[in-house]
Order: sequence, then structure tokens, then C-alpha cells
Amino acid sequence: MSAPAANCPNCGAPVTFRWSSAVQTTCEFCHSILVRTDVDLKKVGEVADLPADASPIQVGTEGVYQNKGFVVVGRILYEYEQGGWNEWHVVYNDGTSGWLSDAQLEYDVSWGAKPPSALPAAGELTRGQGFQWNGKTYWVTSLTKAHYKGVQGELPFEYWDKSDLMFGDLRTADGDFATIDYSEDPPLLFLGRAVEFDDLHFKNLRLFEGWSA
Amino acid sequence: MSSSLVSPPLVKARSLSCPNCGAAVELRGFAHTLTAVCPNCLSVLDASSPELQVLHTFQAKQRVEPKIPLGSRGALGGTTYEVIGFQQRVAGEQDDYFAWDEYLLFNPYKGFRYLTEYQGHWNFVRVISALPQRARAGARLGVRWQDHNYAAFDSGQARTFFVLGEFPWQVQVGDSTAFTDFVSPPYMLSSEETDGEVTWSLGEYSPGPAIWQAFKLPGSAPYATGIFANQPSPYQGKVGSSWRTWLWLNVILFAVMILFAATRANRQVFRESYTYRQASGADSAFVTPTFELPGNESNVELDIHTDLDNNWVYFSFALINEETGQAFDFGREVSYYRDSDGTEGSRNNSVLVPAVPSGKYYLRVEPETAPNAPLVSYELSLRRDVPALVFFWIAAALLLIPPIVTSARAAGFEARRWRESDFAPSISRSHASSDSDGGDD
Repeated sequence: MSAPAANCPNCGAPVTFRWSSAVQTTCEFCHSILVRTDVDLKKVGEVADLPADASPIQVGTEGVYQNKGFVVVGRILYEYEQGGWNEWHVVYNDGTSGWLSDAQLEYDVSWGAKPPSALPAAGELTRGQGFQWNGKTYWVTSLTKAHYKGVQGELPFEYWDKSDLMFGDLRTADGDFATIDYSEDPPLLFLGRAVEFDDLHFKNLRLFEGWSA
Repeated sequence: MSSSLVSPPLVKARSLSCPNCGAAVELRGFAHTLTAVCPNCLSVLDASSPELQVLHTFQAKQRVEPKIPLGSRGALGGTTYEVIGFQQRVAGEQDDYFAWDEYLLFNPYKGFRYLTEYQGHWNFVRVISALPQRARAGARLGVRWQDHNYAAFDSGQARTFFVLGEFPWQVQVGDSTAFTDFVSPPYMLSSEETDGEVTWSLGEYSPGPAIWQAFKLPGSAPYATGIFANQPSPYQGKVGSSWRTWLWLNVILFAVMILFAATRANRQVFRESYTYRQASGADSAFVTPTFELPGNESNVELDIHTDLDNNWVYFSFALINEETGQAFDFGREVSYYRDSDGTEGSRNNSVLVPAVPSGKYYLRVEPETAPNAPLVSYELSLRRDVPALVFFWIAAALLLIPPIVTSARAAGFEARRWRESDFAPSISRSHASSDSDGGDD
């Protein structure tokens, strides 16, 4: 991981990257959403104030998954009628990146995946539908309409200015899960697994009044 | 500089005022809390925005006090959790309903857990992300999860009856979900379905005293009434081990029996053949020549072999010590009948005389039979120190008692458990019903 430094084209504040392959980041000082071009950073938008959330994870949190160390470099925050959730963008010590989602303190680790078979269109996905992927059966368990609430830090793609979004959540019999993300066309597929908090060996978590990590 | 993009170092607890009555509403679930209940007026408040809004003020007429107070902290499974919410839920119809309590537990890192309580029976519950698959559990319907089969036990509609504290979802009195419970003691898998979306959770049975200790509650846990769906049987594993113990004790008993039999002298000390015909008025008694009974005090077996045919003989015996005059008196009938239907009785018989001291003995014999019966030939033989195995057979029978009793008790426990099940074959449910307010604390 390198940490190339640049300056925010909006406010001039220094912008550092934890991950050399980051495509987008946010300025910590002026909220500008910055996209990397060949030569410099370009401001493409501004993040509204993120709602207060109580995820114990923050940019800079470190952890270990399957013997690979990772660090949290950014996130996408979603909100739906039953609450919100964070998709934390994590970079592993082998240079690859993936996602760690925290939905009401239920944790999932996932990666973007090439769909093994064509994904149905948003309107054609129904609860109970099954897909055979990589020798496992994934069942659609929920369809969620969510709002994009904002981004923070480094992301592997440009992601900003989204409105209402559709997600299909799928699960297997033994704790694997998949998300079909209809924010793009064709939709994106993420494959992952439910994980226990203790299994991730976190460091540098947020602190909560009255509690110790 | 805005703090919105950089997480603050310390996430602070919130405290707000109830817009209905003005009382302080302390929030323990940080930003997770979407719904909170005013502890004073029991109004249900929307806590998702900074300004609390009253969702509804109607609650049960009767206030329900949680057995574990809100704000209590306890260590369960090595993690400290705080009780932040409480629900009383009911299932069933007016005449046949049951109510149970659910405590929402929170740790800002590990997340949410639940404690459920029904008539003194507690379960520590967590949501699971996997999807248990339909499978049969023995003869019952069920699901399979992580290599265990869970048998369907109970199903119905769970209605939220009373709420207190705070929740990370929008809770409403009157909310209803369809549930099905599957058991594999001490575990219970439950599915809850709301608007077609299914959530699975795993409960582990926890004895009340363990909960009381975890939360350092005063007094003692309420007595657990009846047998709960996933309550572990006190005989769990004991049936198998009692039969294994029985098997090993039999092996030992058999080995001792072989050793015992092999070390008997089992020596023939006398054998003679005689004939006998009933003669009226004549004394049929006679004595045998003397013979030696060697060794230590031991048993003597007398074997009688006859050629009886549709006849009987009664023998009166006395085994008499020539030197001391000590006599062992006994009698035996030998009878043997046969016709076209089959046979009855036996031509042979034997007598075991226990604890006969060594010495010189003779046998006094007095046969007796039916008048005009034909001539009977018979042979008498005496064996010293024979292996008498009757006590071993008695011991083997006694050894059967503990495993049979354990098996019967285990079966009785399971029968009582399944009597409460919706899925028990041909037995209807009879849950305890209390007063119609359901406030049974």
C-alpha cells in the first residue's frame, strides 16, 4: 500500500490515500467527493452530513479475516425504513479489496464477483428464488429498497449522487450470502459470508460511553 | 471542521425528554435505537430523529414489570450485555393462549441478543444468518442446520402485547409475526415471518439461576414450571451410558461366572442303578453304601434318571453323615406323561443341596409311586462341588433394573415435553392459561 498525497481541489487540504488503487475519496475537511484522474483530483460532488451512526467500525479500523490483515479505508452508507447499514470498504494486506458490512451489528464479509449466471432484472427477482452458484444454492431472502445516504473515504469505483436503490439479499443453508446490487446496469453481484465479531480480531474501533471494546 | 466525516472518538449515550409527559428518556442503544418507550407514560416514541415523536400512547392497561430491570448488565457467553428493551408477547386464542417475555440485550460491538422467559424457563437467543433446510427429525417434521436435526414443536402467531425500553426496529403493540419453533435440546431454532420475510434465530436453554447469577439479580430465579420445549432432559446421555454400563457389568459377571465354574471340583462321588415296584404294605426305604464328600463345605447335586412312562415316582431322600448323624432331608417328584398331544414332565430331575460339610455320608432313599404301577428303573448319582449358577442369573436380572428404569424415566420426560407440542401426534395442546390480562409476573 502506498500513500500518495495530493491536495483537495476545492479547499487545498492535503488528501492522502491508504490504498493506491482507490478511484474515489472524500476530503475530510470540506466534504468534497474527489475522483482521481490521470493527473489530479477532480471534485464531482459533496457529501451531505452523514447521520449519526453507531457502527463500532471507522475508517482506520484494522482486522484479520482468514489470516489476512485488512484496514478499513472507506464506506458507503445506506438507509432503509428499518434502519441503516454500512458497507465498509476494506483493503487486505495483499493489495486486494473487499467489503465488510455492518447491519445492526451483524457482520458480513464480501467481495465483488463476476455473476456465474445472468442476473435477473430488478423487477424479476422474487423472494424464494434459488440460484446455483459455485456448487451452492443461494435463496433470495429479502428485497430491500434503500436510500443512498453518503460515502466516506476511499472506494474502488466512482460512487456518488445515488438515489433510491434496490438490493436482493440471498443466503445459503450454511451461512454464505450474496447481494445483488441494482445500482448499476447490469446489476452487481457480491458474494460473502456471515462472520462473528470476535473472528475479525478488530483493532482501532470506536469507543462508546460506558463500554470497553 | 465538520465531524460528520470523521467518527468522533467517543460515541455518547443520548437522553431525551418525552414529548408526551416530559419525563427523561434515557437511550442505551446509541444510534441503533429506532423506537423507545417513555418509562413514565409508556408512550411509544420514534427515536430515529433527534426530536422524539409520539407514535402511539396506547399501551396495556396493566404495566408489566420486567424481572430483569432495564439497564441491568450481565455476562453471557463471555460477553457483557445490557438489557435495553422488554416485550411481552402472546400467542394463541382467548381461551388457550400463553404469554412470554423477551428481553433485548445489547453490546455496542457484539450486537443484539435476546433472553426469552416462559414460566421460569429461559433461552439465550441470537439471530442466525444461515437458512436451515427442511428435514425430518426422526418421525417428526423438522429442519436441519449445522449437522443437527431440529424437530418441529410449536407454531402460531406471536403478538406484541407490551413494550418497554428501546428497540433497533419500529416496534408496535399489536405487531404480529408467524413463528415456528424447532427443538433439539438444549437448542431451539425459531423462524419468524413478517410480511413474507423470514428471520431465523437460535436459542439455547439457560436455567433461571444462571441468568440470576449473570445479572446479579436479588433473590432467586422463579421456579421453572413444567418441561419446556428445548429443556435438556436430565436423562440426556444417561440412557446410552446406563446400557453401556450394563453391558460391561455383564461382561464382568460372565467372566466371574466362567472363573467360578472352572474352579469347581464338580466330582462324581456316587452312582448306582435301582429298580422299584410298589408293593402294598412293604417298606420301600433303603440306604446306599457310604461315600466320601471331599474338600471344604460345598454343595452336593443329586441327579435322578428314570425310565418312567405315563407314571410318577416321589422320592424322599436323606443325606446322612455317618459320623455325626447330621441329616439333610429333601424330596423330589419325577413324573412323565405322554399322549398324542405331546409330553408333560420329565423322566429326570435333580436336587442341589447347598453347604454340606465334608465327611462320610450315605443316602437314605424312599421311593413311592401309584399302586399297580409298572416297574421303574432309575439311577442316582451324586456330584460334589458343582458350579451353581443360579445366583449369577439373578445378578444378571438385577443388573437390568437400572438401565430399564433410566430408559423408562427418559421416555417419560420426553412424553411430558411433547405433550405441549403442536406437532405431537393426536394430542391437543393444553398450555397453561392465566388471567386474560396476561400480566403473569
